[in-house]
Amino acid sequence: MANISKRNRKREKEILDASKNRRELIAAQLSRRDLMKLGLLTSAGFLIPKNGLSARAPQFGGGGFGGGCFGFYGRGGTPVSPPTTAYVEAMPIPPIAQPVANADALTGPLPQAAPNTAAGEGRTRTHQAFTTLPPQKYYEVHQREADIIVHPELPVQKLWTFNGTVPGQTYVSQYGQPNLVRNFNDLPANNGGFGIQSVSTHLHNGHTPSESDGFPCDFFGQTKWYDQHYPNVLAGFASTHPPNCDINESMSTLWYHDHRVDFTAQNVYKGLAGFYLLFNQFDTGNETTGFRLPTFPDFDVPMMFNDKNFDPDTGLLFFDLANRDGILGDKFLVNGKIQPFFNVKRRRYRFRWLNGGPSRFYQFYVTKQDNTNHPFYVIANDGNLLPNPVLTSNGVRIAVAERMDVIVDFSSFAPGTKLYINNRLEQCDGAGPTDNIVAANQGNKVLEFRVTSDAVSDGSVNPATNPSFYAVPAREPEDITRCFKFDRQNGQWVINDKFFACDDVRFKVKRNNAEIWKLEGGFNWQHPVHIHFEEHQIVKRNGQTPTLIERGRKDVTRLGENDDVELFFRFRDFVGRYPMHCHNTVHEDHAMMLRFDIDDVGNTNESDCDGHHH
Amino acid sequence: MARMNRRSMLGALAAAPLAGGLVARASGLDDRSRDVTRRRYFPNVELTTHEGKKVRFYDDLIKDKIVVINFMYADCEGICPTITTNLVKAQKILGNRIGRDIFMYSLTLSPEKDTPAALKHYAKMHGVKPGWLFLTGKPDEIEGLRRSLGFSTGNLKLDKDKANHIGMVKYGNERREWWGMVPGKAKPTWIAESILWMDETNQKPPRG
Repeated sequence: MANISKRNRKREKEILDASKNRRELIAAQLSRRDLMKLGLLTSAGFLIPKNGLSARAPQFGGGGFGGGCFGFYGRGGTPVSPPTTAYVEAMPIPPIAQPVANADALTGPLPQAAPNTAAGEGRTRTHQAFTTLPPQKYYEVHQREADIIVHPELPVQKLWTFNGTVPGQTYVSQYGQPNLVRNFNDLPANNGGFGIQSVSTHLHNGHTPSESDGFPCDFFGQTKWYDQHYPNVLAGFASTHPPNCDINESMSTLWYHDHRVDFTAQNVYKGLAGFYLLFNQFDTGNETTGFRLPTFPDFDVPMMFNDKNFDPDTGLLFFDLANRDGILGDKFLVNGKIQPFFNVKRRRYRFRWLNGGPSRFYQFYVTKQDNTNHPFYVIANDGNLLPNPVLTSNGVRIAVAERMDVIVDFSSFAPGTKLYINNRLEQCDGAGPTDNIVAANQGNKVLEFRVTSDAVSDGSVNPATNPSFYAVPAREPEDITRCFKFDRQNGQWVINDKFFACDDVRFKVKRNNAEIWKLEGGFNWQHPVHIHFEEHQIVKRNGQTPTLIERGRKDVTRLGENDDVELFFRFRDFVGRYPMHCHNTVHEDHAMMLRFDIDDVGNTNESDCDGHHH
Repeated sequence: MARMNRRSMLGALAAAPLAGGLVARASGLDDRSRDVTRRRYFPNVELTTHEGKKVRFYDDLIKDKIVVINFMYADCEGICPTITTNLVKAQKILGNRIGRDIFMYSLTLSPEKDTPAALKHYAKMHGVKPGWLFLTGKPDEIEGLRRSLGFSTGNLKLDKDKANHIGMVKYGNERREWWGMVPGKAKPTWIAESILWMDETNQKPPRG
């Protein structure tokens, strides 16, 4: 180990030299073309692997970390993590949350509609649907510090968890069975360098009443608790616009994460996130019924992807508090482990891929050992099953908080075959990806599939037969159009030139309205924009009908540089406060967020679209 | 590093003194992290206040305090006047806590031009009250602070443009290691509210 340390020092010097060389290249204002002429840049846009120029050259060539522009522009003060050996631990699957027997079994008083402030509840508003959609299952979750091993070559990490694991326990719920989650804040006094011990847990894409949604300003402090009521109900149950409770609005892959205003990036990076899955009579979790999607949990597996940095001296999780543009990690974690492996049988799997952030965009391919591509099917976008499976030969793009459910078929591979989930999207800084797709042998191979020889049967539907899932609900004429420009001013992130404040209601949506929102991206930066509560359809992206994968229901829409995206919504059932924000959590924490309220009156704020467009 | 399986790696961790240190440190994390944070973000450089007093950045200004930090320069005609005006209003809202347990610091981006006297003039012109220091120092050390405190950007072209400097205001509680940022152009009430989150006795959700 002393050797490793010595090597680390040598390597740090190499990195310093490399970064100095790169700075000189930048100072000399050499263009990409000049660099290529000088033979210093490959055509794919990478610095050639030469010691002292590309910091990645000596160590990671061919090792799955060849991603070219690391350290080139934006990583600035972010250290290079200690080396770790790939594929030494199996990917964990988060435990399934178990309900308590009944409401009486919860720690503390019985749940009630009104906030139980006297008993230590942090909630401030009354449950809207506590009596109309009463909880059938009761869960208790404790947010607490736990000792977590992210990789056996790194020290034990003190992370913040839901009930002791990262990702937290997976909630497995059925439509029509409302849940109540009693959420305790048992976080410790010391944060170990970043994170704040006041929290607000958002159920991402839940059709959830505002007071249970995890609004960024509904945070509660240490020793407090908060009852969150999740009705698990189809949108439109109280709508004036039939069809109500349209089955085609079913959701499947949701997730929950901390959303504390100004501190979301730190708290989620520290571990506060997990999955929440919804099933119904079609998406049953059983491959012999309904849509016959691969059976949960054996062949239906959630995967949360994160990129993180670890301190080169201590090996401990490092969060760059000086970064406002977006944090890129050089270690890739799947379900909380750095570059794990996952044994698969020779059959079809449904993977629920979630980009857990903080900032990076991925484009995931499934790559074979010889670096050729293994096509797969995308069946759901943001947890919503598409009308039909979409076969992709060029991977799938996933921005922070987006989910892509995919079907990968391993049946044609011999036992012992290895395949990789391979991020081939080049990204150099928090601004967004370059859109270069790197060669398969230069991508970030974040997980290794190992095909086993186990006997196997496969009763799941073959996506090649083009099964139908959920149709896209018909749109109706909009009551109002609103416009939003996402931009940067003096290093501060703005929506229509304004910053977030908890008490600043930027506009009011009238319940039962249909609305069009036009989102406009600014120069040089990309933003995955998330809107709480109601899903949207992408009507047009830059004037065009979106791709098949985007032609469904969404809750995060990627806003590329100067993009114009038109979204359709209906706002139904519940009232109260919700945010729209950039889900690059670093942008979000630097005020790229707004609050809108739903009520029965509404207003026309932010509908002056001419004023916002150029 | 050569490939090692988990067992051999764990064995190596247990055997070697250096690696043993790694493990020991993990358990002492809470004591160490403040020190790591100080070394990474808060160089203890010497600065001069607008009153002409020499101070050490970490020892005298940051340690054990709730602090509010921004960057400006006296002849800035862009966003600085708005931000300073907002901060003056926030100071008024926070009243006598400023200078008692909450401290405000504005560091100049033009240390060559902004002498203590120039900064004093600027503070007086804006009606700044005690408890809020304007600070200058050696240009390279100020530049180091600008970077380590999060007032630079990876976009080098933007970063060079002083007129387009970062308009955020950093707030924090050094002892608790809480560090956030609020836009300097936000409403003064919101700036003040964000700062008050750093008071550990204040865990109430905000108004609204």
